Amino acid sequence: MNSNFIPTKYDVYVDPQRCRLCERCVENCSYGVFRRDRDRILTFPSNCAVCHRCISFCPADAITISRRVVQYRQHPLWDEEAREDIYNQARTGKVILGGMGNAKYYPNIFDRLVLDACQITSPSIDPLREPMETRVYLGKKPKQLKVSGEGNDVCLKTQLTPNLMLETPIMVAHMSYGAVSLNTQLSFARAVRELGTYMGSGEGGLHKALYPYKDNIIVQVASGRFGVKPSYLNRAAAIEIKAGQGAKPGIGGHLPGEKVNADISKTRMMPEGTDAISPAPHHDIYSIEDLAQLVRALKEATNWEKPVFVKIAAVHNAAAVAAGIARADADAVVVDGFRGGTGAAPKVLRDNVGIPIEAAIASIDEKLRKQGIRNEISIIASGGMRNSSDLTKAIALGADAVYVGTAALVAMGCRVCGKCYTGLCPWGIATQREDLVSRLDPERGALQVQNLLTAWTHELKELMGAAGINSIESLRGNRDRLRGYLLDENILDVLDVKTVGA
Amino acid sequence: MEHKDAKQIDAKGKDYRTLNKEIRESVNDGINYITVKNVLGHRFIADGIKNRTLRISIFGVAGGDLGAFMDGPTIYVRGNAEHAPGNTMSSGTIIVDGDAGDCVGHSMRGGKIFVKGSVGYRVGIHMKQFQERFPTIVIGGSAYSFLGEYMAGGIIVVLGQNCTKPVGSYVGTGIHGGTIYVAGVVDDNDLGVAASKKEFTDEDRDIVSALIDEYNHHFESSISIDELTFTKIQPSSKRPFSNLYTTEG
Repeated sequence: MNSNFIPTKYDVYVDPQRCRLCERCVENCSYGVFRRDRDRILTFPSNCAVCHRCISFCPADAITISRRVVQYRQHPLWDEEAREDIYNQARTGKVILGGMGNAKYYPNIFDRLVLDACQITSPSIDPLREPMETRVYLGKKPKQLKVSGEGNDVCLKTQLTPNLMLETPIMVAHMSYGAVSLNTQLSFARAVRELGTYMGSGEGGLHKALYPYKDNIIVQVASGRFGVKPSYLNRAAAIEIKAGQGAKPGIGGHLPGEKVNADISKTRMMPEGTDAISPAPHHDIYSIEDLAQLVRALKEATNWEKPVFVKIAAVHNAAAVAAGIARADADAVVVDGFRGGTGAAPKVLRDNVGIPIEAAIASIDEKLRKQGIRNEISIIASGGMRNSSDLTKAIALGADAVYVGTAALVAMGCRVCGKCYTGLCPWGIATQREDLVSRLDPERGALQVQNLLTAWTHELKELMGAAGINSIESLRGNRDRLRGYLLDENILDVLDVKTVGA
Repeated sequence: MEHKDAKQIDAKGKDYRTLNKEIRESVNDGINYITVKNVLGHRFIADGIKNRTLRISIFGVAGGDLGAFMDGPTIYVRGNAEHAPGNTMSSGTIIVDGDAGDCVGHSMRGGKIFVKGSVGYRVGIHMKQFQERFPTIVIGGSAYSFLGEYMAGGIIVVLGQNCTKPVGSYVGTGIHGGTIYVAGVVDDNDLGVAASKKEFTDEDRDIVSALIDEYNHHFESSISIDELTFTKIQPSSKRPFSNLYTTEG
């Protein structure tokens, strides 16, 4: 008898009629759900993470996983989750840790925004036959250009600041070596190089194997400063200061000592087996002036040749902070919405802190335009972009480009099972166990990510073409091409979007 | 200093970008000894420079992030240093013949910093060591609160000269590696979470004594370890935040 007992959530059933006893399920399940017992497979469903690895590898289609319904007395307030979290914490006295992004049923604003299309009075464009520009430049743009000379003999007097050139406005988000496997990072690296876009290194230094891809990598400087040295900063297309993360705004991170193996310790430049603790704030940044000092320190260290981005979590004052970032010599603000993913975050923060990315993009873009400094800084949005329509809407709300994290992982097999923090990812993604990592072939992983981003870019072109827009520049911040469907007046106001029918 | 690889730069009337560009270009031209005069809070001097033979003497007050990310050079400041000298530095030496501001040696992972006088808040925060990289900070005077916060490796020595209290509060909050030596008494109430006092052994004495010798050499002082009683502070655990979480169902 256990008064804090939580019923098992799933049933795992192996159909004995179909099962050939090949034991692939036993080999593939890293959570220990299956065991061979003489002429049958025994299951231990309480270990199941619903990652589908067994199902994908069963040659006989013998395995089914279903939700195991154990009826509680129904109550609108005291739902299963509320009760089970209490049982868990009454037993352990600890903070609940969860993987992946926000798991609460907040209404999704993207799903209540619709895009426009042209007909009759203005022509739509067919992207298959006509040029469609998806190239984006991230970084500062001069307010005006000064030239000298006359006639055909003119020369540019304005000094331009370095920009990043993206062939598509989609980049792969920062996921550190440690949080994900090297094969995951290699897959991203190959894909972004093929596509002419970029990936983030995450905070964990840069593994040697990624050096050949340095021109497509944005390196991260976070509060732990792991792996940060002059060569790390110079071996990058751009540098990103991480001040916040959408999945856990306001707190730092830590990679538990168990995950800090020899290779990770070398890349992060820290002793094996110790916790890699990134404090909540950067302790040399307590103000916008301090931020400017770090931005400039990084630029000085790289001879003012690299753009410097600043990543923040989307919270109430994101727009005001972004305006500060624009004045701190930064080249882009990365804003991560409350649906952003993570390997591990306290559930209470993941599910309750921060604001939706849609509102954050709109308010930041608005604030920067009102202050006349929109040209000073690009806006990169991230946090829960599920498809090409989400990102198209994000751009129409004011973003220059987006980062996708979870979607890129899903492209490689991730089932969003949310058990990243166990380090047992059977798909070879969020793990450092050699046998599991080797399950992810970087060539195949790269192809799948490349396929996804190619398909999304094509769909983006279709959506633009339908709206009669042939350049991403004309889509950016073009809120007139959005309408709100059943959004309340306050949100429409924040988004600066009209209602459907208007 | 009349070497052909020596150069004097006057910082007067220059902004930090101009000054630092001049320094970087001199280094690229093979200059090994640089004297910078009239420094008035110019930031980022020697920021990110990778060079083991370079020596820079600074006359005046060095601005924030002096020697940030730097890997190898030796910097001698004849004056004070502002915010975060040695920020995330990889190796090299910074000697400050005066006082220094907050966050001295922030996230430093190698090299040495000597400050003749006193320092501000959060000095040595998140210092870390890795293999042959081992950071050291020696402070002649006192350090303010949060000394060695989140410290993950290396050594901090506070000599407590000419002051009533060598350290402020919250010493070593979240410390999970490295050692802090403080000349004088550290009240238990001034220790941060995860920090605890350990016995000062003969081995510690040898380490600190060698660092005091170096300090004396840099500042022409004559402090003797025999006149000082040290409190040694180390982490109570390598994993201060393990056992904090339960997992989602």
